[in-house]
Amino acid sequence: MDYIKLSVLGLIALFAAIGANWAHDLAYQVHALLILVIALALFVWVLRNTDEPGSVVDPSTGYFDGVVRAGVIATAFWGLAGFLVGTFIAFQLAFPALNFDWGQPFTNFGRLRPLHTSAVIFAFGGNALISTSFYVVQRTSGARLFGGSAAWFVFWGYQLFIVLAATGYLLGATQSKEYAEPEWYVDIWLTIVWVTYLIVFLGTIFKRREKHIYVANWFYLSFIITVAMLHLINNLSIPVSIWGSKSVQVFSGVQDAMTQWWYGHNAVGFFLTAGFLGMMYYFVPKQAERPIYSYKLSIIHFWALIFLYIWAGPHHLHYTALPDWASTLGMVFSIILWMPSWGGMINGLMTLQGAWDKLRTDPIMRMFVLSLGFYGMSTFEGPMMSIRAVNSLSHYTDWTIGHVHSGALGWNGMITFACLYFLTPRLWGRDKMHSMSAISWHFWLATIGIVLYASSMWVTGIMEGLMWREVDDQGFLVNSFADTVAAKFPMYVVRGMGGVLYLSGAIIMCWNMWMTIRGAKPVTASLPHATAAE
Amino acid sequence: MEMYSLLRGIADSWVLLAMFGFFVAVVIWAFRPGSSATYKAVGEIPLRDDKTLPIHAAVGSGGGDNRRPGAGKTVKGADNG
Repeated sequence: MDYIKLSVLGLIALFAAIGANWAHDLAYQVHALLILVIALALFVWVLRNTDEPGSVVDPSTGYFDGVVRAGVIATAFWGLAGFLVGTFIAFQLAFPALNFDWGQPFTNFGRLRPLHTSAVIFAFGGNALISTSFYVVQRTSGARLFGGSAAWFVFWGYQLFIVLAATGYLLGATQSKEYAEPEWYVDIWLTIVWVTYLIVFLGTIFKRREKHIYVANWFYLSFIITVAMLHLINNLSIPVSIWGSKSVQVFSGVQDAMTQWWYGHNAVGFFLTAGFLGMMYYFVPKQAERPIYSYKLSIIHFWALIFLYIWAGPHHLHYTALPDWASTLGMVFSIILWMPSWGGMINGLMTLQGAWDKLRTDPIMRMFVLSLGFYGMSTFEGPMMSIRAVNSLSHYTDWTIGHVHSGALGWNGMITFACLYFLTPRLWGRDKMHSMSAISWHFWLATIGIVLYASSMWVTGIMEGLMWREVDDQGFLVNSFADTVAAKFPMYVVRGMGGVLYLSGAIIMCWNMWMTIRGAKPVTASLPHATAAE
Repeated sequence: MEMYSLLRGIADSWVLLAMFGFFVAVVIWAFRPGSSATYKAVGEIPLRDDKTLPIHAAVGSGGGDNRRPGAGKTVKGADNG
């Protein structure tokens, strides 16, 4: 086995070396060098362990938590990075001088913006999803992760994907599809990693010792499968050269736009919603120490959500070349989607029935409840904005940005923070987090940050929407585009301040995690008793 | 018939019916008689793995042992999918 690994690594290193030499563009060259270094380092590492007696670990004992620990750290790290870039680009919009001349073109808004979105969605959110799914599927299946060190391949492979994507954006490699910017070879790599992820997750479910597949795993599984499907279809492209990063999309025109927003909205629906609902269905009952309010509702929630979300994408393309029937279909499904979304929110909130006092005493519970509140808020706002008449005002304005961030900062961010606070002491064998008051500080900083962000974006979005459509009695437009930009300045500053508060909260969290982890011994958790299976 | 119209025709008739039927069946299935007891039992799944915490493992290993087989019994037989 080691000899096969050595040959493959050697071939990859050789290929990367040729690629670095013949590269058509800078991004490809840097990536080839990066892969060359990684492949050579792995080659040496495998070589040194070849024909050595390996340390035999009995795979049948204990949960596989090492990869979850790594994922928790990676989530916090990428969160910080993503929030930092986000805050910086928020100030770039307010103060264009921050697009420094010495950093051109690498640090301008256009290149940092996809870095921010990918860092928070895929790096922060993705690591949170991968690590919590590995944690939850083991606990609710009573089984160790399937596939041995394949989980480590998923973790490190995913980090490599993030690094390739992020450096690619800065160096100018993008296929110009929102939330799917990475170029063809990065897409291929992610596909390999993702399929391995699916195998690890499914394998664990197949060998579960719990008869029923707990609802959280259904949500996680739908997230993994759907993201695989979306990723493959939206990234159908033909590389111009195997030695360059540029590729050409297979779809074109309105078909390409529809495919992109079918992907784009389901990235929201399955990455940022279904996957995070998997977290909700495990960690909220866990933290509240009572079962989910209604398991029946969770089943209906699941099927309604996945049946509806997949059709909602066309609402991103109102008043475009897309046929009316398609955008009406997207609008109608978006509005129906309001119901299962709120069903899920109610299910999560009502889990606290009889334990509402925890809101006062438990800052982690408070974060879960706030995240569900924002989930409800943004899943009401979304359907409303998908209505064609509302969309004619809101589209292309900062209202959309505000909507996305109340969902991302409020729902995804807060539930991830709460899960990190839940997991950190458990994974590193501590009774609780180092400082509970620091969690409260984080809670309030983040909450005030989101409120500043969302409210400033509502004001500026609706304002610019109204300014764009304002006509005088002769039918001429009253405002030029630059007028709206000037009018938006105060709200941009407020938004940036909101970002600073949110980032400060995350810094406090990282300090808290550091202090909790420092000096503690990792826990080795045993599996529940084997007798339970039969 | 061209491919687009063919697929479109299938999609907005039989596939639509099949998917809607599947969804309605799932909802009815969730409310089938006896489902409440099943779901009450499976809802307890996440609350059962307390052994991940060393304090629980040390203090309540007996409690964990007691809870688990009991809960396992309620799940058994009640759940068919």
